[in-house]
Amino acid sequence: MKSYLELCFSVLYWVLIAPFTGRMFKVSHIFRQMVHIGVRALPMVSLTAFSIGLTLAMQAAHELKRMGASIYVPDLVSVSLLRELGPVLIAVIVIGRSGSAVTAELGTMKVSEEIEALNVMAINPIRFLIVPRVIAMMVMLPALTIFGNYVGIFGGWTICHYALNMTTSGYILRAIQSSHPWDLYSGLVKSLVFAWLVITIACDTGLKVEGGAEGVGEATTNSVVYSLLSMLVANATLTAIFFFAA
Amino acid sequence: MSDETPIIEVTDLVRKFGERAVLKGISFKVFKGDTMIIMGGSGCGKSTLLRHINGAMKPTSGSIKIFGEEITTMNERDLARIRRRYGMLFQSGALLQSLTVGENVALPVTEHGKLDDDIVDLMVKMKLEMVGLTGFENLKPAEISGGMKKRVGLARALALDPELLFSDEPTSGLDPIMTAVVDKLTQDLTQRLGMTAVVVTHDMTSAFRIGSKMIMLGAGPRQGTIIASGTPDEMRNSPNPEVQQFIRGEADGPVPLKLSKDDYINRLLGTPRPVEKGRH
Repeated sequence: MKSYLELCFSVLYWVLIAPFTGRMFKVSHIFRQMVHIGVRALPMVSLTAFSIGLTLAMQAAHELKRMGASIYVPDLVSVSLLRELGPVLIAVIVIGRSGSAVTAELGTMKVSEEIEALNVMAINPIRFLIVPRVIAMMVMLPALTIFGNYVGIFGGWTICHYALNMTTSGYILRAIQSSHPWDLYSGLVKSLVFAWLVITIACDTGLKVEGGAEGVGEATTNSVVYSLLSMLVANATLTAIFFFAA
Repeated sequence: MSDETPIIEVTDLVRKFGERAVLKGISFKVFKGDTMIIMGGSGCGKSTLLRHINGAMKPTSGSIKIFGEEITTMNERDLARIRRRYGMLFQSGALLQSLTVGENVALPVTEHGKLDDDIVDLMVKMKLEMVGLTGFENLKPAEISGGMKKRVGLARALALDPELLFSDEPTSGLDPIMTAVVDKLTQDLTQRLGMTAVVVTHDMTSAFRIGSKMIMLGAGPRQGTIIASGTPDEMRNSPNPEVQQFIRGEADGPVPLKLSKDDYINRLLGTPRPVEKGRH
């Protein structure tokens, strides 16, 4: 826990304070990490979001049809995606795909003396390795979430259009009218918090790896487990805050 | 030996991992232009000693001065300033797998200076040529052999033209010709350019070829202490049988090959007990 907090503070230092003292992190590394963490997760995110949108619409249609309220299906799909399912499910995908990869990569670098080599070359590993990953995650997870929301709403549209005979314009109109900007913003606030938790936990467990391949495997499992747990706790807490504050 | 300040001065260095002392009071000095060889059997604490001198580990007690400055109590920023003045070759090469060979060699230059890409490219080519790897810039470390990785590691260690070079087993895994190339390079750098080198090695041919000073760490009960030190000639003529056994590479000697049967059984079973007959 102590090492985790130290890591968080030193990341904040290198992002917020050090650039003003002339010790800038490498911007090109951030883009490289954005590709690794974000862009390469797109297919997986799309597939998940689409199937969730589709399933949501089917489940909602099944219940609402009996009450003759099929018209509310788009409302339900868009609001539940924006507020809850979008941020949480996309975070789950990113934890499983990108968080674990970051831990495994850093862990391997640790056991093969690469981190020590950086230290000996007077290159700070936090600045060189961790900061680009943190910034990339903080940008890409919200971006993926917005993207996932769209794809999910598109998934809902396929059901509404082909099974419930709704017009495309009718679907879009209802989906937009029923949701408020705050639904989107609250989802994005969540995904920013998740991004910070996921990437700092992934980096911390990666940097703490001891021993060989076994240590890397164990750390990767721990990274996924701790990220998932803390993400779910943070989600419940944030939802409660939004619920009682609104 | 002169009155000048030593490049490295280690005094009474002690390091314990829990109860177990790995280094038990090591003291030595390295002067400018010297090539100090640290030798000793596997697990005698050579790498640990090197890790303390380069600041990666902090000692339990004792002092380490590099370029006349005490590094054991130094903060990260000052240590970084000292570290820019030396290069280190790791046993495995420790290249960053995500970068190409060229980017690895360029890393210290691009991180610590603002030079044009053209000049950096030129420097990378020069350094790679020094270690006999011209034209390998664009390969990834995973695509080259272990010996090549080590030579790239050496090129990287030399990227900033350091005053001091640490090498952890620079010639293990190299063929005899490449060993000679690396040895010649170290000799040129120390003798012509006044660089200082600290080399940890098992390779006696290479050690006697490049070394100007040697220390040997002990094994067994004398583990973690310096059992012999001196010039290569003094070491070759050392009366210490452990040194002789090590230099000549003999299987049996003061460091025993095998224990007696009783000792073996005692160690295996933990407590001394009579040997039972009729059982294997």
